[in-house]
This record gives sequence, C-alpha cells and structure tokens, in this order.
Amino acid sequence: MKTQILSLFATSALLAAGNASAADIDVKITNLTQGIYFTPLLVTAHSNDAMLYKLGEAASPELQAMAEGGSLDGLVAMVNGIGADTMANPAGGLLAPAMSTMTNLMTADGNTQLSIVGMMLPTNDGFVGLNSWSIPSEVGTYTIYLNAYDAGTEANNELVKNGSGAPGELGIPASPGVAPGENGTGVTTSEENKMIHVHRGNLGDDNASGGSSDLHNTVHRWLNPVAKVTVTVK
Amino acid sequence: MRLSKILIPAACLALVACGDDDNDKMTVEPPVVTPPTTMTYEFMVTAVNLTQAQPMSPLGSALHTSGQFWQIGEMASEPLEVLAESGDNSGLLALDVVNASTSSDAVLMPGQKVELMLTSEMLEGQKLSLISMMVNTNDGFTGLNAIDVSSMSVGDMQYYKTFAYDAGTEANSEAPGTIPGPADGGEGFNSAREEINKVAMHPGIVGQDDGLNTSVLTSLHKFDNPLLAVTVTRVK
Repeated sequence: MKTQILSLFATSALLAAGNASAADIDVKITNLTQGIYFTPLLVTAHSNDAMLYKLGEAASPELQAMAEGGSLDGLVAMVNGIGADTMANPAGGLLAPAMSTMTNLMTADGNTQLSIVGMMLPTNDGFVGLNSWSIPSEVGTYTIYLNAYDAGTEANNELVKNGSGAPGELGIPASPGVAPGENGTGVTTSEENKMIHVHRGNLGDDNASGGSSDLHNTVHRWLNPVAKVTVTVK
Repeated sequence: MRLSKILIPAACLALVACGDDDNDKMTVEPPVVTPPTTMTYEFMVTAVNLTQAQPMSPLGSALHTSGQFWQIGEMASEPLEVLAESGDNSGLLALDVVNASTSSDAVLMPGQKVELMLTSEMLEGQKLSLISMMVNTNDGFTGLNAIDVSSMSVGDMQYYKTFAYDAGTEANSEAPGTIPGPADGGEGFNSAREEINKVAMHPGIVGQDDGLNTSVLTSLHKFDNPLLAVTVTRVK
C-alpha cells in the first residue's frame, strides 16, 4: 500500500514537471459489430514521431500485410525497432463480434501515443484503427470509438478465396462465423482510392450461390463505429 | 443534507402524534411547520429523431443507481427483447433497479423533438438511461446507457448523440410480417431468439433498393449513426 502511494507521488511529480513519463495502462477493446471478426490486434504505445498509418496516404507494406491478411509480423518488427511497448494478439486469436479483450501496457518514458490496428474479416483490406492517440497523464478512464478503414491496397471484390491473405493476392482470405456465399462474380476489380480512407462498408448480396459478392448483405455490413476502446490510466 | 434527512421522520412523527390527540389540541398552536425539506432533483431529457424514416417508439427514460438496460456482447434481457422487437418500454421501466421513470406517450417521428421530465429524491449515484426502438427494423434500438448525472448542478447540460444497437434476438430478415413499424405493420415481440443472441451495434438496414429482394424496407428506411440528438439538463 505504502509503495503504491509513493509511486503515485513519484508519477505526479514527473507529470507536474511536464515529462512524457512512463504509464501503466489497461486497454480494453470491444468489437461492436454484429458480424465482423477482428484478426489478432496490435496494441502499441510509441513515441510521437511515429505512426502506423496516416489517413489520405498510402499504406506501408507492413500495414498492407495486416489489412489484407491479418499478419502482424511486419508491424511488430517495426514497432520493436523503435522501442515501442507492444502487445500483439491480446485476444489470442480472432476477436469475435460483440466480444471484448483486455490487455495491460507498461509504457516507457516517451512512449506517449497509443495505436491499435487489426484486420476486419470478411473484408478485402479493411481494418479497425486507432492512430497515435495521446495517452492522458491524468489518472482515469477514457473511452474512444474507432472507425473502419480501407488500406486502399486491394479492390473490394468481396470474393472469399483461400490463400488470398498474401499482399497483392486479390480476395478475402477467410470469412469466420456465418458461412459465406460462393460463386460470386466480384463486386469490383479496381481500387480507385489507393490511399488509406474510411471504409465504404461491405456491400454483400442476398444470393448465397452467385450474385456479385460472396458476402451476405444482412450479415456482413456494419456502421461506424466498429470498436470501443476503454483506456484506464493507473 | 444528511442531517435534514434524519430530521424529517422525527418531525413527521411529532405531527402525527398531534393529530392523533383529541380535537381541542388541534387548535392550540399551529406547529411551526418546517416545510418538508426533502430535496427533489429534476432532469429534463430532450431528444430529436435524426433519421430519414425511422419513427422511434415512445421514448422511455429512467434513473437508476445500478444495472444497465443493455451490454454489448451480453444476451438481451426479455424486457429489452420486447422493447427492441415491439417498441414496448414498460418492462424495462418496471425493472427493480429503476427508481424513477417516464415515457413519452407517442411515437417520435423523424425530425420531431420530445421532452421528458424525471424527478428523484436522490442524487447520489444516479444514472440516466433512455431507450427506444427504431420501429422499421426487426430488433433495432437506440438510447443512452446509464450515463452518470450525479455530479450535475442545476442548469448543467450534457449532450449526446446515440448509436443504433441490435438486440440480437431476431434475425434482420426485413421480411414482410416481421417489422412492427408503418413500413410493414408486422409482428412485434416473439419470444423465439435468433442464433446470435447477443447485443451488438446495428449493421444498418439493407432494403430492397440495396440488394435484399425480400425486404419490405426501401432506401427511405436506411439510417446511419447517430440516430438521436439528446440533451440532458438538470433543472432542479
């Protein structure tokens, strides 16, 4: 008990001095959607001169690999390279619709920004994202709602195809949950906006054995926000 | 505050004792009436329906110190299922945790505004919830989920925009006969539950114009977040 009080004092003294000090934060992430899964999430606290992505700019190859196939390898190597405090895959796999996962980060001095990304399944290159949110220095609980973004790296053809998670391989690599349709002809073959943008949503159709999309329009759509993040600064 | 509360019962007892005596004593001297010092706290909730063509079932609002009308990822309670499928808020407002409640008496049409008043004799720990069904959906609802009003001072206002939720109790078939609103005039509550059976955010309606051929809904009935603009004011 005493040591806790002491450490609190120490923290506030640092804050008062305006330092970008270490923090102990709990991060709870809730998938708010009814039918979309999140692939393993990357939760990382990093310095304010780094970003995992920027809206309106092209995705890095590492972000593309995450958005098209759910792979965090490239992004983890990047954030490790800049000394970020990172938790990869807190849910231990997919985060199912309406489910939550919780993790804790002990952040080092200077790692003042919180970022979170994960691919949305089934989409071609959709991801949920929190971009460099400034971790408050004041103890408390903070709520952030996240939108769905499109990496701009792949056409949203909405066709489920094994092995299409590799960057540049057209298709949706997997569709967990309600079984997808098949034999769709493809919603589109081009991606007009190649920059990272707010996802326009899945279209889907009502034809499980044909139509343009392999997705179902009553199951695989969403409205923003798609995730709720609750950060507790201790 | 605490002190006055303790005093009230004592004062009441004294008055009752007088009244129970014979009539003569009634005239002797009017007791120096300390007016009932019970504090009342009053909140005004106004809500505007921001949608194109989703009438909102009569809005129910409640004050409570514990519990939530819904939780993402949890199964809907039966009163919530009834609200979300039929628009009837009476079950939710009658829950044990509710210590003050009110409901508008009419459907809130798109573009219209409604005003609700809530009165309570307690402020400490009070949370405010608001709930309504989008009646041209299978089981869609919106509202405020246990927002803290206990630290509001008189005149304070809080502003909210509400999201669309799906009770997860009835599949979003949009099929004829399944939607109670004017777009269909179909069935309201049905105790059968769809497979999902968890509250989540609403994926929106599809409609026949957007590829669901069997839907009774059209592009008119589409909505996006937010659905209601809400102001909570402590007026007393």
